[in-house]
Amino acid sequence: MALAQAKSDATEARLSGMQIPEGGAGWARAARQDALDRLTGMGLPQRRDEYWRFTNPAEFLKPETPRAEIALDAPGFDDTDVLRVVFTDGVFDADASDALSQEGLEIERFADAVTKDIHWIKGLLGVLETAGQDRVDRPFATFNTAFAEDGVVLRATGKVSKPVHVEYRRSDDTAEAVLRHMVRVEDGAELTLLESGVGASRLNTGMEVDIADRGVFRHVRMQGRDHERRAATHVFARLGEESTFKSFTLSLNGMMTRNEVIITLKGDDAVAHVAGAALGDGRDFHHDDTVFITHDAVNCESRQVFKKVLRNGATGVFQGKILVQPDAQKTDGYQISQSLLLDEDANFLAKPELEIYADDVQCSHGSTSGAIDETALFYLKSRGIPEDKAQDLLVLAFVAEALAEIEDEDLAETLRTQLAGWLERRR
Amino acid sequence: MAILEQDMTKEAKEGVDQETVDAVAKLSGTYKHGWNTEIEMDYAPKGVNPDIVRLISEKNEEPEWMTEWRLQAFARWEKLDEPNWAMVNYPKIDFQDIFYYARPKSMEVKPKSLDEVDPKLLETYKKLGIPLKEQMILAGVEGAENAAPADGERKVAVDAVFDSVSVGTTFQKELEKAGVIFCSISEAIREHPELVKKYLGTVVPQSDNFYATLNSAVFSDGSFVYVPPGVRCPMELSTYFRINAENTGQFERTLIIADKGSYVSYLEGCTAPKRDTAQLHAAVVEIIVEEDAEVKYSTVQNWYPGDEDGKGGIYNFVTKRADCRGDRAKVMWTQVETGSAVTWKYPSCILRGDDSQGEFYSIAIANNHQQADTGTKMVHLGKRTKSRIVSKGISAGQAQNTYRGLVSMHPKAKESRNYTQCDSLLIGDKCGAHTVPYIEVKNNSSRVEHEATTSKVDDEQLFYCRQRGMDEEEAVALVVNGFCKEVLQALPMEFAMEAQSLVAISLEGSVG
Repeated sequence: MALAQAKSDATEARLSGMQIPEGGAGWARAARQDALDRLTGMGLPQRRDEYWRFTNPAEFLKPETPRAEIALDAPGFDDTDVLRVVFTDGVFDADASDALSQEGLEIERFADAVTKDIHWIKGLLGVLETAGQDRVDRPFATFNTAFAEDGVVLRATGKVSKPVHVEYRRSDDTAEAVLRHMVRVEDGAELTLLESGVGASRLNTGMEVDIADRGVFRHVRMQGRDHERRAATHVFARLGEESTFKSFTLSLNGMMTRNEVIITLKGDDAVAHVAGAALGDGRDFHHDDTVFITHDAVNCESRQVFKKVLRNGATGVFQGKILVQPDAQKTDGYQISQSLLLDEDANFLAKPELEIYADDVQCSHGSTSGAIDETALFYLKSRGIPEDKAQDLLVLAFVAEALAEIEDEDLAETLRTQLAGWLERRR
Repeated sequence: MAILEQDMTKEAKEGVDQETVDAVAKLSGTYKHGWNTEIEMDYAPKGVNPDIVRLISEKNEEPEWMTEWRLQAFARWEKLDEPNWAMVNYPKIDFQDIFYYARPKSMEVKPKSLDEVDPKLLETYKKLGIPLKEQMILAGVEGAENAAPADGERKVAVDAVFDSVSVGTTFQKELEKAGVIFCSISEAIREHPELVKKYLGTVVPQSDNFYATLNSAVFSDGSFVYVPPGVRCPMELSTYFRINAENTGQFERTLIIADKGSYVSYLEGCTAPKRDTAQLHAAVVEIIVEEDAEVKYSTVQNWYPGDEDGKGGIYNFVTKRADCRGDRAKVMWTQVETGSAVTWKYPSCILRGDDSQGEFYSIAIANNHQQADTGTKMVHLGKRTKSRIVSKGISAGQAQNTYRGLVSMHPKAKESRNYTQCDSLLIGDKCGAHTVPYIEVKNNSSRVEHEATTSKVDDEQLFYCRQRGMDEEEAVALVVNGFCKEVLQALPMEFAMEAQSLVAISLEGSVG
């Protein structure tokens, strides 16, 4: 009972003085009000919440935005031909962005979309987020539905040739950003979405992705490099028949990051891959990957591959779950979470879960944790490679399995370079 | 007397026959220990309050400090909430609608020896295949079929607990010669207060969790084992728990102390009659393992699982924990969980001493409407500690089976090692199998590996068995036994046979 009280107190404190955005079409107001009601009902999480056992939500609960130094952050994906959409301190920055037009793609601001009486996101806003609250509460996602004012709305109707790159910039050291992106990939269409940048001192992003039959959605995200970052992100995806969802996130440092990915495989023969690599150095670093994949159709495949490299008191968290519903026969579910602890102080906390209600399935998960392989290190050294370089090589080899989840070789190379650069600077 | 012995031999033989694999086909899939012993009982009034706690303490002729200890626990319990995190569903338990103390009337005056024990009680255990006669050996043991057991046979000392009280303990004299104390815990509180005082509640504290706290307040009996330094316990020790009375909760407490360099192997078995209403069993087992000592604890849990529609059955909410206090201490939990309507049980190891070792082997079978949420905790505190977890979960019918475990490597547990394997097998499309492992690693010289798989019984294997002339149920039993082999091999001989056939029996009716 004490927990319920603490949650309700925290919610009241956090929401004091906050109001859901005014204006907007009736359906948008209704969706936001509904989210606010649900949020007050479930309450913001506390350390004692089982789903927050490994990550202290305190940073996201403080009513005042914490101050964070504005450090220079090299923009990501510079070498890739992209359609750039920039948000500075959580607001769309038209000057820094490219013109919002692209063949096979309808693209607009979230802030504009919610003012229209007739808009396709009417049937999606808050819908996947609400459905994604099955079994566990995700209050920060609900918070996002209630308070997000800006973001990007994408509807792919054909094979979109250029990736859309959402870039977060920051000019204020106490900026708080709540952004909501809405994505629909129509039957047979393809879209690649890239994300990078700092965004805010405290960032809450939410994304709802609806993939129609045979649609393909790729998501590559770069969280880093060296800056103070507090981020709570949620990606909710619903997959139709024979559709594909592939996501990869590279996280380099940052203070407190919780990335949640919630996927429901609704159509038969759908494929969902979620992967990530996180590298952390220092006691400040806390990185949490929380994934929840629901198999609700026949013959679907899901894969979760997460790698973490940690040192100097850094903490890595993985909470992954595969839920197979009673009729989701012929499911193939795979999950691996591994950590490489570079020194004595690093922490790895994991909870790889399976919940299975169908019998004709093949599900497995593995989780390992340990130090760098001395024999491999010795081998490299005996070939004349200096110790630190040898270690970097082994780290790159360790994360290779996760990076392999990126289909586009150029994008993979971009991330590999970022990674190598980070290792170099962190020696 | 001779006639009785003969009868018992026959019974034991029958028991063996039933426990062979072909019993699978013959038995009609019913719970074979579901009968009831008609015996006059003494009950404490229903419900729990400080007066009941005092009453239980009084009945056991306990000293003042023990009564106080219980009352403290009760005060804590009143402030606790029932846990609800396990993946099990059952109607809310009315803790005031249970008898907390039930004793056969004939036990009012403590029998001085087994000869004085009420024959009805002896009969009960005889029927269960548990010999309370010292010249008998446990059914199912090698050589049990031979009329005259040879010298050097395997002896098993038994402490038999019937509802709330211990009926008798066998081989006490012989054990005494070796310095081993094996008696009921109520006797230990009276006879060896210094040991009980020193160790009770040090592994599972009074307020550890809801059910353990309730147990601390109202435990009525249980077993006590003390193995002195350097002693290898000359025989297997065993406790047999029987719930008989209706609407009665069984709260037993077991305390095992293996002093420096000693060794003991301990077996636990349990059954209950068929009843329409669910019954509560909330036990606590504490094991203290000192330097260089080793304890093996094996359980075959066969409480009444409820009928095919999920009516009745035992709620088995148990706290079991071993504390490896000294360096190089070793503990091994082996469990075969086939019974109970709801199981909530996590035998754990605290690996405090350097180089200490913990092992956990488990088979959990859930059929019909059974629900099992079971697993282990391995807490690595000492350097170079090792643990190994092998868990096999089998679900059939509409059952739900969850493995829930924790492996924790503390910052100081350098160079420690854990290997976890949990496999689940699904038979039928209405059941569920779940895995909820927690892994916490706080130093880098330790290695933690965790693997889990879930699959169904392999059609090809079944087909192979079928074409060799086995019927489908037999084939499934064989495949399942193969799936469980790793764990079955870790069981002592006495249990391996029984467990193997239990695996088959529990799955009956789950095919086709």
